[in-house]
Amino acid sequence: MDLQVALLLGQDGLTNGAIYALLALALVLVFAVTRVVFIPQGEFVAFGALTLASFQADKTPGTLWLLLAAGGLVSLFEVGAALRRRKLGLVAPTLLWNLAYPALAAAIAVLGHPVAWPLAFQVLLSLALVVPLGPMVYRLAFQPLAEASVLVLLIVAVAVHLVLVGLGLLIFGAEGSRTPPFSEASFEIGSIAVNGQTVWVLVASLVLVGSLFVFFDRTLRGKALRATALNRTGARLMGISTVKAGKQAFMLAALIGAFSGVLIAPITTIYYDSGFLIGLKGFVGAIVGGLTSYPIAAAGAVLVGLLESYSSFWASAFKEVIVFTLIIPVLLWRSLKSQDIDEHQ
Amino acid sequence: MSGVAPVLEVRDLCAGYGRVEALHHVDLVVGSGQIVTVIGANGAGKTTLLSAIMGLVGRSRGSMFYEGVDESESELEKLVALGMILVPEKRELFGAMSVADNLLLGGYARHCQGYRDEAKSLVDEVFGIFPRLRERRLQASATLSGGERQMLALGRALMGKPKLLMLDEPSLGLAPLIVREIFLIIEKLRQKGVSILLVEQNARAALQLADYAYVLETGEVAMEGSACELAADPKMIASYLGLAGGQ
Ligand SMILES: Nc1ncnc2c1ncn2[C@@H]1O[C@H](COP(=O)(O)OP(=O)(O)OP(=O)(O)O)[C@@H](O)[C@H]1O
Ligand SMILES: [Mg+2]
Repeated sequence: MDLQVALLLGQDGLTNGAIYALLALALVLVFAVTRVVFIPQGEFVAFGALTLASFQADKTPGTLWLLLAAGGLVSLFEVGAALRRRKLGLVAPTLLWNLAYPALAAAIAVLGHPVAWPLAFQVLLSLALVVPLGPMVYRLAFQPLAEASVLVLLIVAVAVHLVLVGLGLLIFGAEGSRTPPFSEASFEIGSIAVNGQTVWVLVASLVLVGSLFVFFDRTLRGKALRATALNRTGARLMGISTVKAGKQAFMLAALIGAFSGVLIAPITTIYYDSGFLIGLKGFVGAIVGGLTSYPIAAAGAVLVGLLESYSSFWASAFKEVIVFTLIIPVLLWRSLKSQDIDEHQ
Repeated sequence: MSGVAPVLEVRDLCAGYGRVEALHHVDLVVGSGQIVTVIGANGAGKTTLLSAIMGLVGRSRGSMFYEGVDESESELEKLVALGMILVPEKRELFGAMSVADNLLLGGYARHCQGYRDEAKSLVDEVFGIFPRLRERRLQASATLSGGERQMLALGRALMGKPKLLMLDEPSLGLAPLIVREIFLIIEKLRQKGVSILLVEQNARAALQLADYAYVLETGEVAMEGSACELAADPKMIASYLGLAGGQ
């Protein structure tokens, strides 16, 4: 391997690593706030990518039906709960989000002819369709189990993953899609060619990480979310709704997932079930950070990307094996270093 | 307890953990602008009572009126926004966050009501009461001393502009000098019109401060009366104000 190849592989590895890092951050966030190990994270990647691909192929994305159905289901749940507590007045905002908003989004997607839109608007519309699914998934699957143990939540997370993959096959079909890159530009730094999409991925990831940092460090809402992660009882006593915090965490996770999907769609062909493997690599990164540390999780994920890239050169048949074997020494090291990372506060 | 409009009225409250009931048919009233204290042995159910009022522990029976409105079914968040604030026994600080951030979050319930603008002056007010916190405002709250943590918990509650402040053993583990200071602060809060429900092991000090008192025994109200009456009650003196009870 000469320097040229090494740099190219490094570029690939960094690109993928940036995506894994985003997913790792989302996993840490969701776990911290809700104690859910968010296995379905990857599905949002696939949904984001395939929704964008549908628009570009002038097809109505199946995400639309999913959004309408999930929104309807959530509305039923909420109205039921409100009836039981005899407080119908409180459901108006829920219905707005779960019925009116999906209907509006559907109308725009069907009637607006997005195929003719500029790419940026297609991306926005894709996000607008996929992101609300996050809080809906939380409402349907996890909110009723808020007090359950980490293990129960994990089992439910696996179930949700399987359901979403199944739905993915149903609405997108089995064939894969690839979208055109955000920019065709490519330029050379020294002797290596850097392509435009790589720059896009890196810059967009950095911007996203930066805005997450500002959100969590500077805004009251972000601080409230962190507080919920640190101490649920304390947060509730401050008037922070843990349900809202859960929904926000899932919303951010869905946003990060869908956005990653949109970013990665021009680089790899995405199938309805591609998300899982991508999410799993983010998961390896998150595990390196013990599911608690954001910077270590992100660094771990970048490392996973690089390792994957170089091992695909040396032993491409074993690249997944090598990546996932990385988790063993890390787990060993963590288990020696710390006693436990679950249940307690 | 006639004459004052009640800010909190709890009727026939039963609550507990799972199937175990820890509170049986408790009636309790806090008059507006009063200090009401709840006294009882370890395990009598004092913490459970405050948690059940707040909605942290499930209520299996009973009703609750706050400022004359039935809030039996209200969510915790709503109660907090209405100015009902609990400083819990375990304090429940946000350990990894700084003192300043902990304080800031104390007023989260009012984030839609122009909290941003008043937060700074409220923080200054709290720092005025607890200058120690000002010195440590960037320190993570987990690294504070026990006493500083109590101050932070109380300060954080004040950020929420309580109308009814419920304190679960605010003097727990504090040096006598600071205990006196805390009690002075409670007194001052009352003068500002805050109603206070105070759970306290130090029965003598609590009775000196309070207008009215309840004695809990194994989850039931065993005695109640105005603070001076109870302080003179022979049964009370024998069980709670003897050598073990006071200082
Ligand atoms: N989480 C819990 N699960 C089960 N039982 C509990 C729980 N918390 C408290 N209890 C029980 O409920 C009863 C009342 O406890 P509580 O904490 O209210 O007492 P307390 O009066 O506050 O005591 P202390 O003065 O020691 O703080 C006790 O018998 C206790 O064992
Ligand atoms: Mg107690």
